Amino acid sequence: MNLTTLVFILLSVMAIGSAIMMISSKSPVHSVLWLIVVFFAISGHYILLNAQFLAIVNIIVYAGAIMVLFLFVVMLMNLNAETEPVKNYRLQLVGVITGGALLLVLVSAVMKIDVEQLVEMKVGDQGLIKVLGMNLFKNYVLPFEISSVLFLSAMIGAVVIGKKDETANQ
Amino acid sequence: MDIKAYIILSLALFTIGIVGVLVRRNAIIIFMCVELMLNAVNLLLVAFSKMHAMSGVAKASPYFASDAQVFVFFIMVVAAAEVSVGLAIIVMMYRNVHTVDVNFLNRLKN
Repeated sequence: MNLTTLVFILLSVMAIGSAIMMISSKSPVHSVLWLIVVFFAISGHYILLNAQFLAIVNIIVYAGAIMVLFLFVVMLMNLNAETEPVKNYRLQLVGVITGGALLLVLVSAVMKIDVEQLVEMKVGDQGLIKVLGMNLFKNYVLPFEISSVLFLSAMIGAVVIGKKDETANQ
Repeated sequence: MDIKAYIILSLALFTIGIVGVLVRRNAIIIFMCVELMLNAVNLLLVAFSKMHAMSGVAKASPYFASDAQVFVFFIMVVAAAEVSVGLAIIVMMYRNVHTVDVNFLNRLKN
């Protein structure tokens, strides 16, 4: 077993274990922190695949911005393990069995296909900023500009939704 | 590394996200599970991009096989916009019903 396989297995175990801890921990703050660990493991996978730009963006945007927003909202509402709503045991069991059956079906379908493609590890310049930037600004410049409109509308939408309704008090 | 290893890893992460949506009642945790599913798909897209690079088809273009990583970039853009609006909705819901339990939002049922 070479080093790449070892790192792959380590990162996979870290990602799946942290994801299971995320959905099973009582306190919402612990869930947020476990999800950050999952994102760091996925960033490690990106680095292993030599997608360096996406690894950095994943850490900055997801672990840095989005999860801090989640943490901020959780702490704003003062949620903890005592206020956590709990589904009854039977429904939880049904959910886990449904998910497990889905995973079983999908994995068995994947194992049945006889594709022997390999994934390029640690080399290749597809994930470098130069290639990605040239591709983004030459072939995908229209979706890039449209995404700025999406951001503007999301920003306005968040402000409009979050604003206190003043007409209701009159 | 075999592509099947990456497919199974992404499937496992995606299924954990689905199980989280099914078993939890806290709206914020459900939202986080959706983020986890998006990240599983991102990982699979990057793995397929590198698989395409390994196969060596269309090596003539200088940007070959980097399209999937541009798509991952756009998925991150949409996820960021989605999170800002979704968290605003959850804060609004908390302000009205003073809970984040999704079972309280069944007023449209009757």
